[in-house]
Amino acid sequence: MSEYAIKASSLSRNFGEIKAIQELDLEVEKGRIYGFLGPNGCGKTTAIRLLTGLLKPSSGEIEVLGFTLPKDAEKLRLRIGYMTQKFSLYDDLTVKENLQFIAKIYGLSGQTKKRRVDELIDLYGLEEKYSQLAGSMSGGQRQRLGLAAATLHKPELLFLDEPTSAVDPENRRDFWEKLFDLCDQGATILVSTHYMDEAERCHKLAILETGIKRADGSPEILMREMGASVVEVAASDLRQLKQDLLHLPQVITAAQLGARLRVLVKDSVADPLGFLRQQKNIQPDDILTQVRPSLEDVFVTCTGEGRL
Amino acid sequence: MNGLSRIQAIFGKELLQLKRDKMTFGMVIMIPLIQLLLFGFAINTNVRHIPVGLVDHSQTGLSRILVQTISATQVVEFSEHYINVEDAEAAIARAEIRAVLVIPQDVSQRLARHQTAGFGSPPASDEETSRPVAQWIVDGSDTMIAGAIKSLRNMPLAELLNKPVNRSTPTFEVALLYNPEQRTAVNVVPGLIGIILTMTMIMFTSAAIVRERERGNLEMLITTPVRSIELMLGKIIPYIFIGAIQVSIILGLGHLVFNVPMNGSLGQLAGATLLFIIASLVLGLVISTIAKNQLQATQMTIFVLLPSILLSGFMFPYDGMPDIAQYIAEILPATHFMRLVRGVILRDVAIIDMRHDLIWLTLFSVVGLAVASFRFKKNLD
Repeated sequence: MSEYAIKASSLSRNFGEIKAIQELDLEVEKGRIYGFLGPNGCGKTTAIRLLTGLLKPSSGEIEVLGFTLPKDAEKLRLRIGYMTQKFSLYDDLTVKENLQFIAKIYGLSGQTKKRRVDELIDLYGLEEKYSQLAGSMSGGQRQRLGLAAATLHKPELLFLDEPTSAVDPENRRDFWEKLFDLCDQGATILVSTHYMDEAERCHKLAILETGIKRADGSPEILMREMGASVVEVAASDLRQLKQDLLHLPQVITAAQLGARLRVLVKDSVADPLGFLRQQKNIQPDDILTQVRPSLEDVFVTCTGEGRL
Repeated sequence: MNGLSRIQAIFGKELLQLKRDKMTFGMVIMIPLIQLLLFGFAINTNVRHIPVGLVDHSQTGLSRILVQTISATQVVEFSEHYINVEDAEAAIARAEIRAVLVIPQDVSQRLARHQTAGFGSPPASDEETSRPVAQWIVDGSDTMIAGAIKSLRNMPLAELLNKPVNRSTPTFEVALLYNPEQRTAVNVVPGLIGIILTMTMIMFTSAAIVRERERGNLEMLITTPVRSIELMLGKIIPYIFIGAIQVSIILGLGHLVFNVPMNGSLGQLAGATLLFIIASLVLGLVISTIAKNQLQATQMTIFVLLPSILLSGFMFPYDGMPDIAQYIAEILPATHFMRLVRGVILRDVAIIDMRHDLIWLTLFSVVGLAVASFRFKKNLD
């Protein structure tokens, strides 16, 4: 067995004229949380559907848990779990009925089924919602139910497509605790998101844009090697300063954060602080500090027009 | 058997959803109930009480007795009087009346010389005697109504003149089996089973897969180990029971309200009905795998439903239809069921003697199920 749960090489998928995924190479190690970070419509969902065998690739190779896709998609079913972006359990069934249905589909019966359903209801804090219709639950509760259903058969590999898009921050934090628990028990997790803070929790991540992988690696490495320095400027007329700085070829972007301006300067400038000091709009009493890059900075430098 | 438990899982889930869907559940009962009462009372091929007008140029006692005699047949009901034929024809155009009786001024003379009046028998070649008594002007666009009025053409007039009716020997004797009173309901109610089952069974299952797709459940289902054939079977089995409930309602009510006889055995009827229910459900499933949304599914259901009503022999006799219509009718499961159900209920026939229809329904179901399972691919391409 290889150490990789997912291996894909030069994976492409077109929908007519639209190239949803282009030449994607991917290696996901076992027992890790791997993230897909990207804006809406960047191909995250298509990539996940290709890797779960729901879509056939236009070209390229996929190997998931040692199975070649799309050929062995059916055999893979028992060993993966998939939580869709949109809640895909039955709104008109209760929490318990939904879980029992999934359990039966996966071949659990009698005491085993009962025990597993109770276990999940307990684990995901759904006791009070036991006999409530899924359609009448809040976003956070539904998402916990979705995760419970996706992990019911204890899959080795879990795909989560924007699992937290309809969930408040506190529920999101709890959710990620559950993911780390699952990971700790040996599961591999592939999660897509457009939240930077979530992406930062992943062991490794890939930044996707218009179906193309712009960068991948662990968040630390990505931030360290992003090819730009970050300087925060505290000045008076930030709107005007921003406009002026954006004209400089050495400045990738500038974004206002409250009373400061966060400026990304290309690594080709050896002394970014000195470089900015020389600019005519910077007053002598303005405060300039070089700060640690965030994942958002990485994201900005490798996507869109600011791409290096 | 994992397959069996998965079918059971789908089956149980469908039942739970059906139980929660009060509207659909209500329709299961209300559709047969209301339709049976409506159609049972309304569909009547014995035309009665056609509103007609009268233009009486003679204004004699005799003409009034003539009108009363015609009214006594109950075929027509004189609702309007007109001075002249033009007014009456205008009234037909406005659909106030369907026909008008024009009684000429010399009605007494015509009547006296008429053969059926029975004043001796003057020479047949006499132009005077070959003249009819009066004239009907009919809106001929509705063939049923025209036919009913045409049936009055040879009405005996003897009792009009207080003469004993001159009974003549008919050319043929007609013995009416199975429905000697000629009640329409006896033929309509069994046929209605076929129509209502076609409607509800196809409608329920044609929405089955489409609904899962629309609500996003399908994306989850296809990542599970459930096979297409298991999904299909699990989805149709609950509706077999629903079909059985509907048939019981129609037959029970048909017997109580319309006095429809049950000449055949219930076992035979159950066999034929089960086959037809399965065929209809499978047809619905096939639609479900083609339609992209529930609206399309409904449209396709109607596309099947209309010929099932019009061509299956439910409304018009199959044998009277042109060849091409008969070929189309042969494809529809409803046509075969119509024959079977009327055979069993009215004529106590053993369904095995109508094996041509049985074989077709079976074949239709097997092929349909294969097509539906084949068409339903477990991916999103």
